[in-house]
Amino acid sequence: MTAVDEPPVTPQEPEQGQGRGQEPERPIGFGRMKRKEDPRFVRGRGRYVDDIQLPGMLHGAVLRSPFAHARILSVDTSAAEAHPKVKAVITGETLAGLGLAWMPTLSMDTQAVLATDKVRFQGQEVAFVVAEDHYAARDAIELIDVEYEPLDPVVNARHALAPEAPVIRDDLEGRTDNHVFDWEAGDSAATEEVFARADVVVEQTMLYPRVHPAPLETCGAVAAMDPVDGKLTLYSTTQAPHAHRTLYAMVAGIPEHKIRVVAPDIGGGFGNKVGIYPGYVCAIVGSIVTGRPVKWMEDRSENLMSTSFARDYHMAGEIAATREGRILGVRVKVLADHGAFNSTAQPTKYPAGFFHIFTGSYDIEAAHCEVTGVYTNKAPGGVAYACSFRVTEAVYLIERLVDCLADELGADPAELRMRNLVRPEQFPYENKTGWTYDSGDYPACLRKAMDLVGYEELRKEQSEKRARGELMGVGLSFFTETVGAGPRKHMDILGLGMADGCELRVHPTGKAVVRLSVQTQGQGHETTFAQIVAEELGIPPEDIDVVHGDTDRTPFGLGTYGSRSTPVSGAAAAVVARKVRDKARIVAGAMLEVAPDDLAWTKGRWSVEGDPSMAATIQEIALAAHGSLELPDGVEGHLEATTVYNPPSMTYPFGAYVCVVDVDPGTGSVKVRRFVAVDDCGTRINPMIIEGQVHGGLADGIGMALMEIIGFDEDGNCLSGSFMDYLLPTALEVPAWELDHTVTPSPHHPFGAKGIGESATVGSPPAVVNAVLDAIGVRHADMPLTPSRVWQALQGGEVEAPQ
Amino acid sequence: MRITVDVNGEDRTREVEPRHLLVRFLRDDLGLTGTHWGCDTSNCGTCVVLMDGEPVKSCTVLAVMAAGHEIRTVEDLADGDRLDPVQQGFIEQHGLQCGFCTPGMMLAGRALLDRNPDPSDQEIREAISGQLCRCTGYLNIVKSIQWAAREQATAAAPEATATATATATATATATATAAGGQT
Repeated sequence: MTAVDEPPVTPQEPEQGQGRGQEPERPIGFGRMKRKEDPRFVRGRGRYVDDIQLPGMLHGAVLRSPFAHARILSVDTSAAEAHPKVKAVITGETLAGLGLAWMPTLSMDTQAVLATDKVRFQGQEVAFVVAEDHYAARDAIELIDVEYEPLDPVVNARHALAPEAPVIRDDLEGRTDNHVFDWEAGDSAATEEVFARADVVVEQTMLYPRVHPAPLETCGAVAAMDPVDGKLTLYSTTQAPHAHRTLYAMVAGIPEHKIRVVAPDIGGGFGNKVGIYPGYVCAIVGSIVTGRPVKWMEDRSENLMSTSFARDYHMAGEIAATREGRILGVRVKVLADHGAFNSTAQPTKYPAGFFHIFTGSYDIEAAHCEVTGVYTNKAPGGVAYACSFRVTEAVYLIERLVDCLADELGADPAELRMRNLVRPEQFPYENKTGWTYDSGDYPACLRKAMDLVGYEELRKEQSEKRARGELMGVGLSFFTETVGAGPRKHMDILGLGMADGCELRVHPTGKAVVRLSVQTQGQGHETTFAQIVAEELGIPPEDIDVVHGDTDRTPFGLGTYGSRSTPVSGAAAAVVARKVRDKARIVAGAMLEVAPDDLAWTKGRWSVEGDPSMAATIQEIALAAHGSLELPDGVEGHLEATTVYNPPSMTYPFGAYVCVVDVDPGTGSVKVRRFVAVDDCGTRINPMIIEGQVHGGLADGIGMALMEIIGFDEDGNCLSGSFMDYLLPTALEVPAWELDHTVTPSPHHPFGAKGIGESATVGSPPAVVNAVLDAIGVRHADMPLTPSRVWQALQGGEVEAPQ
Repeated sequence: MRITVDVNGEDRTREVEPRHLLVRFLRDDLGLTGTHWGCDTSNCGTCVVLMDGEPVKSCTVLAVMAAGHEIRTVEDLADGDRLDPVQQGFIEQHGLQCGFCTPGMMLAGRALLDRNPDPSDQEIREAISGQLCRCTGYLNIVKSIQWAAREQATAAAPEATATATATATATATATATAAGGQT
């Protein structure tokens, strides 16, 4: 554990506002640096899992359940086994013999690897075929004959706890219902008290529908068990390679030092690639059984139907306020649909993730939430798609409730927000559900967004259009994120504390390698972590190799999700670089024959205080540290350090978003005309990369608000199992984003940086929904606001909650 | 069936099943793994390659249908160390993150600039609307292709200034085609 007691750096923001391209392209440190990853990707020389070919490699395919809920009466694999190219057919029974038919989930529940007793969602894994090529494996799964006895499914979470609801998890000892957990936060008595004395109480139920992160690259793995030395190498689409290694060791009984997990280039993760899927386990078993490497790569419909979904929160929210628009309290009851197995990825103590940040950016007197999780006959998941552990749901709830309140009071939604924002002087601010926000200047951020979009003029334009019968809407969202899990005392995943290791080695010639425990899936870590070390040590970033994703070559840590890389691992990189800098000072003292205390650091060199000509560069120091220089007693040669960073707290980035939409009154079709986003993530390592992160997240927001849903029919058939139905925005559905930022550093982070990656996905859906509802003059309608649903709302009808 | 396909200017002959998809032929048989596969319904466009200069989704073309045709993949965009302007544009304008959609996006951009060297933003958005990107929110992809268009126009400028506007456009097109057609 490393204590960080250095004061936070006041950042020098290299550029402001929309000023672009003024900075040097290759800064030594922070700035708008082009990506080190790009040269290989633009040449088609990335190396993703499906690009991997190993000698003798076989191919696996999964047979999946056509039913949402059915007992398995028999599985006949004889025809598949007779296929000339088939090498192995693995069923639940095969796995049961190995003790692997069930695996633990990240929520301490269990999940079937291959079904033994019954199937519990459509698309569930039933059997695994290993064959000489991909086509043969797919042919052979068609030859497996499974006899099912269909059972009534539980599709709608609202009916999951009804006494007559079929029990989905009858595999669990003594289980007689579909209840998963109850969890609460806040002070219910205090909240009741403020609601009792409020002038206005607005209630609104809302569903954050089930959606899917749908990374363009699906999940897959290549498992290679070396039958001679007993070492398993697993290339897989994992966002958390070290955690996966530990889990495989625990589950499969293979010693941890005999497991190497490699995450190669990953074609997007978005939280989809945090957990362990049955396909990975099947590939491993397939390799053990056949003695040859086995590749498993799912197709899109398998990805959409069986891997981690996101959201699916039914929220009954209430907001209390004075007649003058002072928000007093918020309370909410949530029904959380977790699917058939509770595999939700979040820190152990938080079954509803960080949903209790739902008080948002407002100074509220009291708040309370109750969350009840239930099983349904759907795929497992919940935490994914840039949610920061349920912050998407929390932000959507509060930002919708504030708009509902504005509607009730006849107040301007921007003014209502401005009036209730936590003031800058209140930070660090303790909210009423247990979070201590680190820093913020919310009013300045909101003002900036309103100025940039021309808020007052837009309202004028809107009223003119309304007079002509045209539907235009302006929607706002002001959000506070909580990212960077987390302090190991409070946060662990399956007992693994959420701290991250980092190792830095400076070679004799002054080039360096930094080894991370986090795993990029496109967020640019190979560039930005080099920039962090460059900023701290003055070694040019192109001279710094960033190694990640290989458990044999990198220190232990929890991986990349929850926008935790910069807050935790980024901090670790700075701390380890400072350790190297301290060591370099001692070496420089020996080189210059002065006491280390007489040396001053300027980026890239230690020089004698008062005599800058007497100096040693970090490169010279590196060579000396490996050479014949006599070092002081107790100081070892070489120039390297390691650390484990245990964050003292979370970081709390925030942002103000404004969306402008036009709605066609004849068709209900929504056009997003403008989207302004002002984000504040503290110190900015690489503004270019931050902007790209925000652009991507804003597109997610438009997708979720207007197009995306994983829907089901009453039999539990998944209605969105392909890109024909699961609609993602193309270049034609999104506007040219307009971005700006403010800089409010995190006081506890070594260089003042907060996470950012998920902010836009978290913050943008309510802005879009608020804009559409503002346009059509309806208090609430659930996402996705597709043309048919908007049209329905325009007719004044109740817009049915999607299922 | 025995087929011969001109891939990146080289005749490649293989024995394939009739049901074999072009994307698998390129990736599995020829080891050209820059072409990706992101869906199974022909929506995502990560598998886009150029067939006789036109973008096609190679998951929706049988390898046998490509016999006798010219296929061009991302591996052929650069001329040795010299990147195609589209490739350089994606780097300059941060038009990629995870890189999975990038090969297909760049080839769509290449095909667009070959027929329209000065596209509007809307024309670019339409040209890539058969392709999904999950990381970038598209704006920087549009900027990347615009960057490439400007770069090409600059490269063609000395000739263009000496001729009439119509000829200038023709020259730019020809240059673009030549740059795009190098193998």
